[in-house]
Amino acid sequence: MNSSILFFVLLGLTLFSYWFGLQRSLKVAGGAWHKKELTSLPQQFGLLTAMVCGLPALITLLIFNSGEHIVVEQLLTSTLPVNIQSLSNVDLVLYLNNIRSIASSETPANILQVLSQSSDLKNSSEYKAAFTLQELNQQAAWLKTALVLIIACVSVAVLVRKFSLTYPARQKSERIIRALLVASSAVAILTTVGIVISVLFESIQFFKSVSPLEFMFGTQWSPQTAMRVDQVAGSGAFGAIPLFAGTMLITFIAMLLAVPVGLMIAIYLSQYASAKLRAFAKPMLEVLAGIPTVVYGFFAALTVAPVIRNMGESIGLSVASESALAAGLVMGTMIIPFVSSLSEDAISAVPNALKEASYGMGATKSETVLKVLLPAALPGIVGAILLAVSRAIGETMIVVMAAGMAANLTANPLDSVTTVTVQIVTLLTGDQEFDSPKTLAAFALGLMLFITTLGLNVLALKVVRKYREQYD
Amino acid sequence: MTKHNITKSKKNLPVKESNSTTFSTTERVSLGLKKRHRKEKRFKRVGLSAVLFGFLLVVILLGDITSKALPAFHQHWVKLDVNYQASWLDISESSSLGLKNEALTEQLNKANYRNVLRKSLYEMFPEVSGRKDKRSLTKLLSSNAEFTLKDNLLASPQLFDKKTQVWVRLDDDVDSYLKEEFAEGEAGLRINQNQAQWLAKLTSSENVESRFNISFFTSSDSREPELAGIKGALMGTLLTMFVTLLLSFPLGVAGALYLEEFAPKNRLTDFIEININNLAAVPSIVFGLLGLAVIINLFGLPRSAPLVGGIVLTLMTLPTIIIASRAAIKAVPPSIREAATGLGASKMQVTFSHVLPQAMPGIITGAIIGVAQALGETAPLLMIGMVAFIVDVPTSIVDSATVLPVQIFLWADSPERAFLAKTSAAILVLLTLLLIINLTATMLRSKFEKR
Repeated sequence: MNSSILFFVLLGLTLFSYWFGLQRSLKVAGGAWHKKELTSLPQQFGLLTAMVCGLPALITLLIFNSGEHIVVEQLLTSTLPVNIQSLSNVDLVLYLNNIRSIASSETPANILQVLSQSSDLKNSSEYKAAFTLQELNQQAAWLKTALVLIIACVSVAVLVRKFSLTYPARQKSERIIRALLVASSAVAILTTVGIVISVLFESIQFFKSVSPLEFMFGTQWSPQTAMRVDQVAGSGAFGAIPLFAGTMLITFIAMLLAVPVGLMIAIYLSQYASAKLRAFAKPMLEVLAGIPTVVYGFFAALTVAPVIRNMGESIGLSVASESALAAGLVMGTMIIPFVSSLSEDAISAVPNALKEASYGMGATKSETVLKVLLPAALPGIVGAILLAVSRAIGETMIVVMAAGMAANLTANPLDSVTTVTVQIVTLLTGDQEFDSPKTLAAFALGLMLFITTLGLNVLALKVVRKYREQYD
Repeated sequence: MTKHNITKSKKNLPVKESNSTTFSTTERVSLGLKKRHRKEKRFKRVGLSAVLFGFLLVVILLGDITSKALPAFHQHWVKLDVNYQASWLDISESSSLGLKNEALTEQLNKANYRNVLRKSLYEMFPEVSGRKDKRSLTKLLSSNAEFTLKDNLLASPQLFDKKTQVWVRLDDDVDSYLKEEFAEGEAGLRINQNQAQWLAKLTSSENVESRFNISFFTSSDSREPELAGIKGALMGTLLTMFVTLLLSFPLGVAGALYLEEFAPKNRLTDFIEININNLAAVPSIVFGLLGLAVIINLFGLPRSAPLVGGIVLTLMTLPTIIIASRAAIKAVPPSIREAATGLGASKMQVTFSHVLPQAMPGIITGAIIGVAQALGETAPLLMIGMVAFIVDVPTSIVDSATVLPVQIFLWADSPERAFLAKTSAAILVLLTLLLIINLTATMLRSKFEKR
């Protein structure tokens, strides 16, 4: 039975156990008329039975599924001829992939037929292995089905035996539910741990072949390495400075647009605009925040970049077709609503007394805004800008589509630059060999990205929290 | 800060007074008033122009994409005089006449429709001679035209060996050319002088027709722009969102309930909260790295599958849903909890029978917003291999699939010009979906607020 069918069978079994537990509890009580003699409701008995049936079996199924392929592979490798077992890691993976594709595309009968006809030794050994793989898979599937169903049934049987009039079904089921709630909220921790482990582990592998100093301070980035000796390719240099510089340049351009515009929008909407304009403007600007980044990327690459290029050329400037300016401006557009809504929160959190005192002294509105409100809201606004910067650094699709691939170390916004996120995508999409420095470099870049954005967020939160303490 | 300002102004005051000996304070203020009011007006104008600039950006963005998308919704077809002559179909006349119906169908299945297409086309344009010209003539038609002929004949086998008229798609380059209002017979992008003249002949005899491009919605990705559609991507999106919603909704609600109703104030709770807040700000591409390293390489789930995409997007949207759900749960008045507890309900019964139903509208709104965020997400899905060129429509959550945003990314990268309109049209579909989802959320919210 494959996993999805097994899952649905288990689901059916769980539903059945609800009914079964409910009926058993009524039987213990001596019929539906006497159900008040039970210390828990019959439904609670049912719920407990259902959970005891489904949960352990489901957990077994998940564990089995995540470990299955590793064990099967080990078993398969141990049955292979010695000369193949002694192959290098990469060749072994290729060989196993080959076997897997045969096993998944051919029926066992076909494979046997090929085996009986073929005289080619190499071919026949692959088919033999594929046949073994199919047998192993089948055995694993049987084992899984049996294990899951037995666990489900046995746990229900054991539970139901214990039912009595005073059995604390409610308390037990509530304890299980509480454990489930704790587990759900702990998913956030698991995710963080997963991220840290996945990036850190691969990065350590990477830093074994490339020194961290070279990675962080080198100025040459050309991750393509020659796969064959006679191939012309990059030298395999992993100096990430050009990527950091490119990321900074595009982020800077984006902020140059987003911060003034976003801040002015926040000021106007919170201090000057009529309620009618606010009601119209807020959702209108939220549209900018709700548009998927891939749409911005398309807009940047196919509308903004050509316009900038044509404008530059008409005044005699040479503009790269994938200029940092186009990507930066469009990214700025995306961030405007982010900056404006966070700054508006900060401005409206300033106590009214300050504002009124300023008016009372005869200051105009703009003087009040510039000399009282903004200084008072400054920590909140700085926090908002830091969050916006972190967002711009981590933004991927706009730069993948509109910024370049070549790692130029330049501060000219009309040139093409590349960013950390672009390189992660480039290194990990398309053909990839796992464990090559090229692939691992993407994880090292991911680690840098994670640390930077995390640092910016913690900093932003700290700034904002400090500011809040001032007025509360 | 305020204290600081006061001391500063106190210090400044005597200095200024000594400077202006002849003017009283009121006079000085009134002298500067005009300038200050001008400044005030200027500041207000700058603010207003920032808001208008924001509007302008929205209008440009949506206008640009809509104007680019519109051509993709219709497509040019051409009426051909087709001769399903047996010899052209490579079916020998003698055998076919005596054949029974089933055998004929089998023959028709294998017949040479490319030949029929070419010969019929040459008959329509007897003046075209020479291999090169003939080739550019056949290039006017979509590469799929021969299959249209085949389907047509298989649908009505009585046309066998007879002449008829069949509508077929034109090539994407021709389609773009016809949409761009060139003068009749004028050469255009990727269309040479001869081809333009043949096209002029076809259009003048009303053999070319522009139709609503239904195949954009009913077919999957293709290398040929005139055949490519979004059905596969839509299906992939649907499956991925299904997985996302199925996982993130219960997990998010359960997490929020624990944190709001049960969690003791301790280090662990604090740690969970910090984690949730930080995860909300982690770049989406990092979740893609997690999916690649842990879910695919460690747990061995299949690449490119909606299942993996859904899990990654779940982890990504979970913080959004938890934060929104917590706000909704917090908004339930404590009196309801106290009343239920007073009647003897257990903590669990209070939570699930009283607090949760009250908070549900808010939670659902949060979940919808989370799903809208996941719907437009592209970067993490690139990491887990959902970028492959996939022609089959996925039918289960472990099939290889792609989603609408990734389809947009793939098409935007294609060199063919006609994909530009297709990409914009796909964007328009995506934005429409998002609009519907967000409107639903807004409606739910306003309904909830009224109560």
